[in-house]
Amino acid sequence: MESINEIKRDTLSALLASGKRPDNRGMHDYRPITVQSGMMQNPDGAAIATIGKSQVMAGIKFDVATPFPDRPTEGVLSTSADLLPLASHLFETGPPSDESIELARVVDRGIRSSNIIDLNSFFLAEAKVLALYIDIFVLDHDGNLIDCSALAAMAALLSTRMPKIEGGKIIRGEFSGKLPLKGKVVTSTFGKLGERYFLDPSLDEEAGMDCRLTLATTEKHLCAGQKGGWGTVSERDIMTMLDIANEKAKELRALLPE
Amino acid sequence: MGGNAANKPELLKNGKRVDGRRVDELRPIKIVARVLNDADGSAYVEWGKNKILAGVYGPSECIPRHDQSLYRAIVKCRYNMAPFSGAEEHGRSGPNRRSKELSKVIREAFENVIIAESFPKTQIEVFIEVLQSDGGTRCAAVTAAAVALADAGIPMKDMICACAVGKIEGEVVVDLGKEEDNFGESDMPIAFSPRTGDVLLFQMDGLLTKEELARGIELARGASEKIRAIQFEAIKKVYEEPREERFLIIK
Repeated sequence: MESINEIKRDTLSALLASGKRPDNRGMHDYRPITVQSGMMQNPDGAAIATIGKSQVMAGIKFDVATPFPDRPTEGVLSTSADLLPLASHLFETGPPSDESIELARVVDRGIRSSNIIDLNSFFLAEAKVLALYIDIFVLDHDGNLIDCSALAAMAALLSTRMPKIEGGKIIRGEFSGKLPLKGKVVTSTFGKLGERYFLDPSLDEEAGMDCRLTLATTEKHLCAGQKGGWGTVSERDIMTMLDIANEKAKELRALLPE
Repeated sequence: MGGNAANKPELLKNGKRVDGRRVDELRPIKIVARVLNDADGSAYVEWGKNKILAGVYGPSECIPRHDQSLYRAIVKCRYNMAPFSGAEEHGRSGPNRRSKELSKVIREAFENVIIAESFPKTQIEVFIEVLQSDGGTRCAAVTAAAVALADAGIPMKDMICACAVGKIEGEVVVDLGKEEDNFGESDMPIAFSPRTGDVLLFQMDGLLTKEELARGIELARGASEKIRAIQFEAIKKVYEEPREERFLIIK
């Protein structure tokens, strides 16, 4: 694999130097994106997002749980990601990989720190709160799984119905309105090779690039960030990428359901 | 089986079941082949409210190498349920005892029909993800995996499928729904090779007489003929209406 990645890196590097990408996209263009939501009956919310040939499903479930001891009145938010072995020949069965844990945590941080979900409203009674589980199921891997997963998770949250609660228990299949949300979080991920950076790296580009930078944004703020890979980014890179991310975020939000 | 008797609904009334079906009637089944990009073969099955995705890789280099056979391809199978798939509480991620058992019996069914001798020292991997469950997931899983294997071009002796039969209110019926499974008296999933009539997967729990067993097998055989026709349609459609993009569209 290493030798193939070296060849990919050289090819990608030569292309980028002439201002081009392998699929002729502009440096700040996403591949085609689709979002569909609300097509499942058993989860409390669900969505599938695709970016290029990457496909991710997100499912939402509520349970009754015990709050964390240091936050006794706050609900629990938990995000997991499964890189399903059917999604890519690169994924294997077995315990969660470093990549899947990073993916889940980056998506989680964007949603958590944006405060779009009011976890205090999940308080039910002494030592009893609602737990909201976001499960990210990667179905097809063609690069930029972070943006695709964040989009699926956000679309799933937007389709989520609040469970009906009686006597401290969830009545399954009955709901009490939509999950209140105070905004839409989206992420924009850039790849960087040498001095050049490009939005929405494909799997081919990921194999050749030095590093990536993900910026999660709300309508007003930057709410999470993650650099991955061995390469470096400069302060100026980060600032420019944030400007581009804020512009692109408008396009991504427009694709999400209301 | 296993449902609380106090909440048991009337499962059979004037020959109609809780969802209005006749005793020998299947739930609506929809199959779409080739819905994934990287997998060598894939299929999506909707069977009632069950939503199941299968992906196949191979024949490819056998990893780890000590698993390989000099004489045939090794078949590997993973049946997995999404933590959000059930109507009840959030499930745990990853395999449990139930999913490991099902992976094993499904693998063994396919070991019989895949012409593995053609690909020595390789592996063929079958991955099944239950996105939504509604009773009868293992039968829908076998049905989906067979189409995914055919889509991957893996040579097989037959297109296999599975269907459960069971007993509700003393009557043998085909394709138990979730409620019938929970409150019924018996559940018997069977996979057939329709070409030979042989049974490839057989499980059973609950109580049946010998006559009921025979009636159940007869019903399941009849149902599998109908399922097989839907499987063939799905494979034909891949070539009749080729699509550039392979996306999972759930309606």
